[in-house]
Amino acid sequence: MPRCQRRSIPKLPTHVSVTQLMSATKGQRGGIRYFFGRLLDWSEPLVEWTIRLCGWSSILFVLAIFFFVFREAWEMLTGKLDWVEFFTSAEWRPDSDVQTKYGILALLAGTFSVTLLSTLISVPLGLGAAVYLSEFASGRVKETLKIVIELLAAIPSIVWGFVAFMVIGPVIIWITGAPIGVNVLNGSIVLALMSIPIIVSVSEDSLRAVPDSYREAALAMGASRWETVYRVLFPAAKSGLLAAVLLGVGRAIGETMAVLMATGHAVQIPSSLTDSVRTLTATIAAELGETIRGGDHYQVLFVIGIVLFAITLSINLLADLAVRGVRGQSND
Amino acid sequence: MNARFFKLPVILVALLSCGFVVGCGKGDQGINVEGSDTMVNVAQAWAEEYRKERPEVDVRVSGGGSGQGIANLINGVVSMANASRKMKPEEMELAEKSTGKKAVEFVVGQDALAVYVHKDNPLDSISLEELAEIYGEGGTITKWSQLDVENVGCDNGEIVRVSRQSNSGTRHYFSHAVLGDDRQLKLGSNDQSGSKDVVDLISRTPCAIGYSGMGYATEGVKMLKIATKKGDEPVEPSVENTISGAYPIARPLLIYTMGEPTGQVKHYIDWILSEAGQKIVADKGYVAIQ
Repeated sequence: MPRCQRRSIPKLPTHVSVTQLMSATKGQRGGIRYFFGRLLDWSEPLVEWTIRLCGWSSILFVLAIFFFVFREAWEMLTGKLDWVEFFTSAEWRPDSDVQTKYGILALLAGTFSVTLLSTLISVPLGLGAAVYLSEFASGRVKETLKIVIELLAAIPSIVWGFVAFMVIGPVIIWITGAPIGVNVLNGSIVLALMSIPIIVSVSEDSLRAVPDSYREAALAMGASRWETVYRVLFPAAKSGLLAAVLLGVGRAIGETMAVLMATGHAVQIPSSLTDSVRTLTATIAAELGETIRGGDHYQVLFVIGIVLFAITLSINLLADLAVRGVRGQSND
Repeated sequence: MNARFFKLPVILVALLSCGFVVGCGKGDQGINVEGSDTMVNVAQAWAEEYRKERPEVDVRVSGGGSGQGIANLINGVVSMANASRKMKPEEMELAEKSTGKKAVEFVVGQDALAVYVHKDNPLDSISLEELAEIYGEGGTITKWSQLDVENVGCDNGEIVRVSRQSNSGTRHYFSHAVLGDDRQLKLGSNDQSGSKDVVDLISRTPCAIGYSGMGYATEGVKMLKIATKKGDEPVEPSVENTISGAYPIARPLLIYTMGEPTGQVKHYIDWILSEAGQKIVADKGYVAIQ
């Protein structure tokens, strides 16, 4: 996991190029070191341009996606769509022969309920695990745990979906007596398990980035370990922890395959944790393939894509503002 | 912060997959078939058997739902669409507009749509009226007790409706057969994306009821006998009852092509309609055409 704080990266003098650094070690003319030195002279601009292209291409890709999504949804966005119905109706009937209705209220409720509950589960567990890893565990235990947690992040989401369907579902029925096992609770548990590795690694990094002098000072003042964690480390690592949580939330909102299988895919506003729901992402995944290109249903699905886009964008923006706010305060 | 490290692989994958798509799209001599999830088993069996007869023709089959197959037939992506419902008039129109040809329909078999419940559910039969009250908009039946059964495995007695996603021909057929043309399905059902998923979910959910092709029955579920009206003699979903017409919710299995098929597509469809093809229909648990 890369360090996240920009501050922790040592500053190199930017005007010194690799070639100049290498020239210090360049050997005699004709020697093997000289050869590699020449090679570097020649390849540096190439590498530089390749890297620059990589950077620019990501901007290009984002713009292209923007363009594509908005182009496909354009007709709907510019008047064809009944916005009031879109946001206030809980009736999603894209293929009804009687009356088609495109209301996403139930889908929004599904996305938010699952995301909220999964955050409630994953944040305490993730932060707890991070604190244990960075402050309490040591040696082999720590290494093992870290590897296992990284492994958790490597499980494909469709596999999580299977686990939800085959294992968690029946267990939920057995414990709660719910009529159906694929529901808000199931989806939230799976999403929480999926976002915990992200939360753990990012927040563990930021906790470790807190200088040891803070811990020593806290110990010297007679603070217990819990007090050190709660009163010293958490405030010091605030921005990193917040970033960890928001990355986790982002993962939860954007996840598709696992929630498609775990939530039951039912269009309704949930009234309890054991109600099945349907999320925005799952709706797009399940229905886009069936639609006729350019048809109403197709375009509305792209509008849903834009709504999702707006949600994640505002979360990122919020995160950015929050982190800045936290930084601003701590600089005072 | 992490994004930086993910970008390069993402770009590489994107470029590679572009390459694959282009690579597959060219110089293609096979038949692409897509559509009905109900028919995907039999369609794959056809393709396998046909390969033995004409190994030079590569038949590629995928499911996804009748709606998806028809949409991709209209989009020009596939040469044949399997469908467990008829094409809608507006789809016919669109197809003609976009390809300039008329869609042609072939009846290649029949399927009884079975209504499933969990194997421990004591219910044995149900009427179409009751199904309409369970599945229909404004329906009044929400508890198992309203059907006079004591479903012990189901703690709070609620009926969990399992249904199919919106592009499903099975869902479309079920809705019209049970609710008629003017009533809609009630929202809030668990919409599964495959015929098999419906049966899987029901076998894990004692409170559930659902519909799927009769070929998908497993040990964890039970097929109900269906009565057209309450009080009528309920009929078991079986090949005989489907052929005789006694079973009320059976539908034709269809294949659509754009324009009268020619060349290898025509040969393939003729083969499906021949004795060899129809034998596979019967083997897979559907009803062959006579």
